Amino acid sequence: MVCEMETDQIEEMDVEGLSSMWPEDVGTQADNQFNVGDSDTLKEVDIAEKHTMADLTRLPELMNTTDQGSSQLTNLVRQWEYMQDHAVRLLREELKILTRQREEAEAKELKIIEEHNFESQEPENVPVLDETSHLFRRFRQKKRDELVDRERVVIDEEFDTVAYWKQKALSLEKMLEASTERERRLIEKLNESLKTMESHSAPVEELTQNLKRAEGFLHFILQNAPIVMGHQDKDLRYLFIYNKFPSLREQDILGKTDVEIFHGGGVKESEDFKREVLEKGKASKREITFETELFGSKTFLIYVEPVYNKAKEKIGINYMGMEVTDQVRKREKMAKLREDNAVRKAMESELTKTIHITEETMRAKQMLATMSHEIRSPLSGVVGMAEILSTTKLDKEQRQLLNVMISSGDLVLQLINDILDLSKVESGVMKLEATKFRPREVVKHVLQTAAASLKKDLTLEGNIADEVPILVVGDVLRIRQILTNLISNAIKFTHRGKVGIKLQVISQPSFANEEQKETSVWICCDVYDTGIGIPENALPCLFKKYMQASADHARKYGGTGLGLAICKQLVELMGGQLTVTSQVNAGSTFTFILPYKVATSDDHSDDQDEFSDMVDHHQPEPDDTTEGYFQFKPLLGSIYSNGGSVTGNNFLPHKAMLTTPLKLTNGFVSDPSSNTGQSETVQVENGGYMDESRQNCCPESAHQYGNGNGRCSSKESESCSSSQASSEMESELTVSSPREEEKTETEVKETSQPKILLVEDNKINIMVAKSMMKQLGYTMDIANNGVEAINAVKDSSYDLVLMDVCMPVMDGLKATRLIRSYEESGNWEAAIEAGVDIKTSENDQACVPPTNRLPIVAMTANTLAESSEECYANGMDSFISKPVTLQKLKQCLQQYLQ
Amino acid sequence: MNTVVVAQLQRQFQEYLVSLYQQGFLDNQFTELRKLQDEGTPDFVAEVVSLFFDDCSKLINSMSRSLGRPESVDFKQVDSGVHQLKGSSSSVGARRVKNVCISFKECCDVQNREGCLRCLQQVDYEYKMLKTKLEDLFNLEQQILQAGGTIPQININ
Repeated sequence: MVCEMETDQIEEMDVEGLSSMWPEDVGTQADNQFNVGDSDTLKEVDIAEKHTMADLTRLPELMNTTDQGSSQLTNLVRQWEYMQDHAVRLLREELKILTRQREEAEAKELKIIEEHNFESQEPENVPVLDETSHLFRRFRQKKRDELVDRERVVIDEEFDTVAYWKQKALSLEKMLEASTERERRLIEKLNESLKTMESHSAPVEELTQNLKRAEGFLHFILQNAPIVMGHQDKDLRYLFIYNKFPSLREQDILGKTDVEIFHGGGVKESEDFKREVLEKGKASKREITFETELFGSKTFLIYVEPVYNKAKEKIGINYMGMEVTDQVRKREKMAKLREDNAVRKAMESELTKTIHITEETMRAKQMLATMSHEIRSPLSGVVGMAEILSTTKLDKEQRQLLNVMISSGDLVLQLINDILDLSKVESGVMKLEATKFRPREVVKHVLQTAAASLKKDLTLEGNIADEVPILVVGDVLRIRQILTNLISNAIKFTHRGKVGIKLQVISQPSFANEEQKETSVWICCDVYDTGIGIPENALPCLFKKYMQASADHARKYGGTGLGLAICKQLVELMGGQLTVTSQVNAGSTFTFILPYKVATSDDHSDDQDEFSDMVDHHQPEPDDTTEGYFQFKPLLGSIYSNGGSVTGNNFLPHKAMLTTPLKLTNGFVSDPSSNTGQSETVQVENGGYMDESRQNCCPESAHQYGNGNGRCSSKESESCSSSQASSEMESELTVSSPREEEKTETEVKETSQPKILLVEDNKINIMVAKSMMKQLGYTMDIANNGVEAINAVKDSSYDLVLMDVCMPVMDGLKATRLIRSYEESGNWEAAIEAGVDIKTSENDQACVPPTNRLPIVAMTANTLAESSEECYANGMDSFISKPVTLQKLKQCLQQYLQ
Repeated sequence: MNTVVVAQLQRQFQEYLVSLYQQGFLDNQFTELRKLQDEGTPDFVAEVVSLFFDDCSKLINSMSRSLGRPESVDFKQVDSGVHQLKGSSSSVGARRVKNVCISFKECCDVQNREGCLRCLQQVDYEYKMLKTKLEDLFNLEQQILQAGGTIPQININ
């Protein structure tokens, strides 16, 4: 409180010499709206308790010794003096007026007495203040007595003028009496005034009252203010403290320093701050956060000012603190929010940028893919034509040129395929499919394909551990692609020795994620070779796009440099890992680990079509399912020696080799069971130039090229050069130039154009399907319902029936059942029973049971499981979901028209 | 041949076609159809589509006749019509028509005449809408060809 007063005092002292630290008039009785000092008002205000702690002995001392303290007292005294002066002046003025009145009255009296010759013994002037009242009264009594006596005398005198005088005297006496009476009262009043003055003689009481009022005011203002005020001496020991929420007792604080009282964060800082102020002699403010056991974490805004004594020496500091924890917290919150906002904005803009970049990248990739696709179609036309050209008579130079042309074309095709794959994987378009497949068969087929185009003296071997499941679920096409890629890579860089694939089951690797942990089996696949190896410094960039171990290698061995990058991406896409170990001149081993689900092999019946591209389910090969070791050796000298001049039917060297596994003793050693079944329709799209060799084609090759994925099939034979183009062509033919289609069509017509029957009632569907067939190079017959279909099947032998399920007259399911019944029994009795009007007139063959089961593919709008099951149950072989697309149709035809 | 005009028409064509996909009038099957069109069959798409619209009109007429008799609605006949329509629309990629057909068929299955009538109205509306849109598209195509340009290959994805 004192500090507060002093502070204000100092500020105001400069302005006017005599001012109060209170709002004006607070210290006076004057009625004013700011009259806080009114004691009644203050009494109403509840001043609960005094929080002040003061060293009462030291406080007066302080007040006396400091400038502020003394000036405060001086001020109070001066103010009192001023008030007293004023009062005295007022009294004096009043006295003067009274004296003058008295003098007038006496003058009047004298005049009267003189007039009437009365002798007066009264003194001329009775100095009011010089005489005691007693004296005065006595005098007055005497005087009155005399007057009364004299009057009586006057009255007693009987005179002519007596009555008159008497009357006059009486009135005069009355006037005098009134005057005297007034005088007396004034004197009484004066006396009273004097008495009051005496009682007010000491200023202390007044001062104390003023102080009390000041204190009251301060309490009124400060009683709820969260403020701590204090004074500390030079050594920063508390001499005085005011605290609204005292948690320490007086003796705990006074005479002690902050450091002695509190412990914790901020205490030292505040102490240092106070000391700094003391040293610099300049008041300042600071925010300090305290972290003390006493009152927890609180932030105070502290104001410290130095205090001087009269000799202008520093004797301590005044200190005032206000708790601003909440405000600071709010402020910090705001700052944090603002910061967060800024960060978020920055992130947003970053994200937008990233999105933009990603979009750009995606667009670029999309464009790349589109472009690649656009390039591929005409290019495959070029390569195909070149292949056909190579079957004609050419001289040696022409053939050489043509071979260069074909191999260059192949390379570009391969590059484009790789780019397509890569951009598919990278843009996330690549979808993995889960199909059941037999790992042993996959390995065998991959090796077989590689062996077919092998031109080196290498042994290819496959080794599958016994514990590897017979049937697993995975994306077989991609796995084959990886294997083929790695194998062809290995062959490329290996000049002698062997190249092989090893499959084994391993325990779950560390990189497996939660989802993968449910996987039943992890299979590790090693593709090893005894080739030139890879120098250690080249290993890091091995899987990077367009990178090869060295520029030399790139020149010497060719290739796009994309193969391994694709493999790695595919493996990672499937949740696995691809690694490599290598030793220069000793060989390399590429290892990929992939998770698979184990499929149960007893549910063959309804999933045959899913892996029918792997297994020829018409004639299963028991060896494939369990055999764990294969070996393939090249047929050196037999064909490749004159490979360049192979013409006519044998222009495809690997085909030639594949066709003769039984004749060549060192051929497919492990594959004695290869036979010629189910192969008559293979390579039908290649038309005339293949029609002779295909008769002997083994089933594997049929799967190879009929697995419904053109790119993959081409990939698998990527290491063959000229020979590869035929398969390439086969898959690309349908989307190549119209000129070629025409040629194909005409060629096909010359040979055995497969007969296809479309059973469909919807005109539009027929129109679309017909157009698609035309584009694929086929024609077909149309039946509008089941009955027509049966009649058509009866009259001519078809290679494939595409059957709508839902049709008027007779639906596809029933028609299929009847056709199957005919195939079993050799007669159409069931159909006739069902009410079909069978025209048996001229066709005798109708009674002869057919030799082959007619492939019937359902076309259904419902792809629901029960619907497909229904299809199978009614004897259908497969189904295409509607609407039919070119791709679906193509796959279907490839599958069934081999 | 005015290349500026052609380019503009081509862009217009492309935007229009893309908008038809985006607004759900067409789906990928229409792309398939367009793929089937080549030099040999330059009007293939238009032919198929006009066949489709003729079909629609006939089927809708017959269905509306069937549904017009409140007491004895031949739901079997309606169902067969819906099936036809569904197959056709699916084949040409008329996505909205197909989608209405799906709910139409559901109504038909539970023999809900009110629902059927509502669906019939919707189908009628959708196919006519599509017809107008495709006519515009073919007009654009014709304009491009007349201006000496080629129909741009458009990859909708």
